Amino acid sequence: MLWFAFLRLIGLMTTLLAASLVIFVVLEVIPGDPAEVMLGLNAQADTLAALRAELGLNAPVYTRYINWVLGMLHGDFGVSYTYSVPVAELIGERVQVSLPLASGALILSTALAIPIGVYSARHHGKIIDTGIMAVAQIGIAVPNFWIAILMVYVFAIVLRILPSGGFPGWDENFFGSLQALLLPVIALALPQASILARVMRSALLDVLHEDYIRTARAKGLSNKATLWRHGVRNALIPVLTILGLQFSFLIAGTVIIENAFYLPGLGRLIFQGITQRDLIVVKSSVMLLVALTIIVTFLVDIAYAAIDPRLRRRP
Amino acid sequence: MHANSLKSRLLCLAGGAALTVAALVGAQSSAEAKSSLSLGMVLEPPHLDATAGAAAAIDEVVYQNIFQGLTRIGADGSVLPSLAKSWDVSDDGLTYRFHLNTGVVFHDGTPFSAQDVKFSFDRARSEDSVNAQKPLFSAIEEVVVVDPDTVDIKLNTPSGNLTYNLAWGDAIIVSAKSVDTNKTHPVGTGPFKFDRWMKGQEIRVSRFDKYWGDQPKLEQASFRIISDPNAAFAAMISGDLDAFPLFPTPETIVQFQADPRFEVAIGTTEGETILAMNNARGPLKNKLVRQAISHAIDKQALIDGAMFGFGTPIGTHFAPHHPAYTDLTGLYPYDLAKAKELLTEAGYPDGFSATLKLPPPTYARRGGELIASDLKKIGIDLKIIPVEWAQWLSEVYKETNYDFTIVSHVEPMDIGIYGRENYYFNYHSEAFTKLIEQLNVTADDAQRNELLVQAQKLITDDAVNVYLFQLAKSGVWNANVKGLWINAPMPSNDLSQVYWANE
Repeated sequence: MLWFAFLRLIGLMTTLLAASLVIFVVLEVIPGDPAEVMLGLNAQADTLAALRAELGLNAPVYTRYINWVLGMLHGDFGVSYTYSVPVAELIGERVQVSLPLASGALILSTALAIPIGVYSARHHGKIIDTGIMAVAQIGIAVPNFWIAILMVYVFAIVLRILPSGGFPGWDENFFGSLQALLLPVIALALPQASILARVMRSALLDVLHEDYIRTARAKGLSNKATLWRHGVRNALIPVLTILGLQFSFLIAGTVIIENAFYLPGLGRLIFQGITQRDLIVVKSSVMLLVALTIIVTFLVDIAYAAIDPRLRRRP
Repeated sequence: MHANSLKSRLLCLAGGAALTVAALVGAQSSAEAKSSLSLGMVLEPPHLDATAGAAAAIDEVVYQNIFQGLTRIGADGSVLPSLAKSWDVSDDGLTYRFHLNTGVVFHDGTPFSAQDVKFSFDRARSEDSVNAQKPLFSAIEEVVVVDPDTVDIKLNTPSGNLTYNLAWGDAIIVSAKSVDTNKTHPVGTGPFKFDRWMKGQEIRVSRFDKYWGDQPKLEQASFRIISDPNAAFAAMISGDLDAFPLFPTPETIVQFQADPRFEVAIGTTEGETILAMNNARGPLKNKLVRQAISHAIDKQALIDGAMFGFGTPIGTHFAPHHPAYTDLTGLYPYDLAKAKELLTEAGYPDGFSATLKLPPPTYARRGGELIASDLKKIGIDLKIIPVEWAQWLSEVYKETNYDFTIVSHVEPMDIGIYGRENYYFNYHSEAFTKLIEQLNVTADDAQRNELLVQAQKLITDDAVNVYLFQLAKSGVWNANVKGLWINAPMPSNDLSQVYWANE
């Protein structure tokens, strides 16, 4: 187990390093000079040169790369070109929105998907099952930003019971902040819940055909007890895999949802950083998301090994 | 994990989620007090130091609210006194003496004096200055402190524009004490002081009690950043926002016009929207080709189609509300036969192909498609390339690597760009350069206007670019909000005169 974890850890570090290189190179290659973006049409050449010097853009490429990576290892993510504040501080502020948003969506989608999936599998082939699966199919097909617009229309414009967007801040208005995240969480969760419900249903249907289910029934367990004790538990393994994979989709989804509800989250920070060529913000935030995704994958791998002893014995 | 516990846990999760949802709905906070105002903005300012960046969003927050200059621009575009209560010009036009207001303090309590004026202008003109509009100060030779309330600005050449130039957001007066932190915590002399910036969300200001002038009626104001057009619409129509001075989607304006809760104000901007042509490239070197293109574009159809009717045809690179504007829209009427004829005369009877690089704003992306279809009718095949702003700045503006592009030139009184060396149009005209030189040393308004008319005629005759329309400023706000600017003679949301009418 330890050896397995160690090998996975080496893999993780290599992936992170490779990712940092790719991110850095891509952002070096795209056209656009941060100084030009900041100073606009009337800027003189000497003014641009002065700003470039101030931003430290004159150092050679490899020096900047090494400084960036070494800085991150020390927890120093650089200073934003445009905002002139440490990137770590910016990310810290934004995570307070993005993390509750993504985890709220993860919890909500799980809370919706598992009972629905189980219910659907139990009524396999009946009209209710077909109905639920049709709704889930629509949930997968409809893009989340459209759900967002629709919900804003209903709840903010017609009913006026929820704000149309924005975020008051946890320290100023805790309840208002929860409220502000409600529609975004639902918009983000619905498509994920649809996918998860379908996976839950088919996984459970597969499991229900296994021999051990028949055995369980044969030894006298009730239908219900068999379903929960042996069916759902085994079916949760593929659901867990999908949950792990969904994490990166959730991260990508937050970029869109944060724009639709004008939430000051990490996704919008990156989006804005790209258009303003605040490259240091983009580099560091993307790197953080990559690290997060890789770490989640790593944890899922370790969790498998913990659950399934067969995986541990692999050389 | 026991089976029943698994089931109950899952049910708990689902129940808990449902309860949270139920608790959160229906407890919407009531309307804000009537002494505060929330305004929507599409772009977030990169920072709040107007002396170190070109972004209009900076000025839209800080200019005339937090920071002030010696002079200021009024809602009608005229130059008015601000920190300087009056000024005299010497007979040779080379010395401007500014008499400053007394009793002015910065928000941190530091008193304001002539020293601050000298410091601000010397800093803007210095070697390592990062002022985006450094050319505004090019005529200044020296700034001399006469006494704490008087300052002389000595020029190296007479400049008829000086008081206007000093009214730009880039020419605001800063204090040496707080200058280094203005980007994140601006400290000025204006009627509002900076409170808090929740990045990506909003910037808050509140009334400054020790303001030297008349106290503003608003106690608080917040500038909210809403970049998504659908979200902007939702925030306005649901009443979450009080005002959106530069509303991003013209297609939804009609809905606000029909709703008595809102006031819709269509005003003018300084944005001349043009189809810029690279005068140094291929067929576009030929004036006849450029004239043919000018004839081939239906400008009114473009305004209707791309801007939903909001925009004024211009015919030259000049704002129609300026006294020196001359109407040249009749020079190149929409006439395909004439365009074909000119193109044949120029030696391109079958047209040619070229690229059209489009920056992100709606006017460019939507307008570009219409222009491409217009030009196809005379055989010019345009390949549309959408670009980001950063890419536009480096590829089109700096490297002049383009054939056509659409852009709105929002800087006020910027006809002088046609006389600049290596400007991205690649237009060179001795006659034009001479006109601008003459203009710079002319102080008399009537004479200046005459020269400006000549300049407008010259660039239009040469068909340097196709002059499409003057960008409109479409503002939407709560019908009870009074005193916001209708026109945008300078990027600013001056809140000093804003108040709520009775409910």
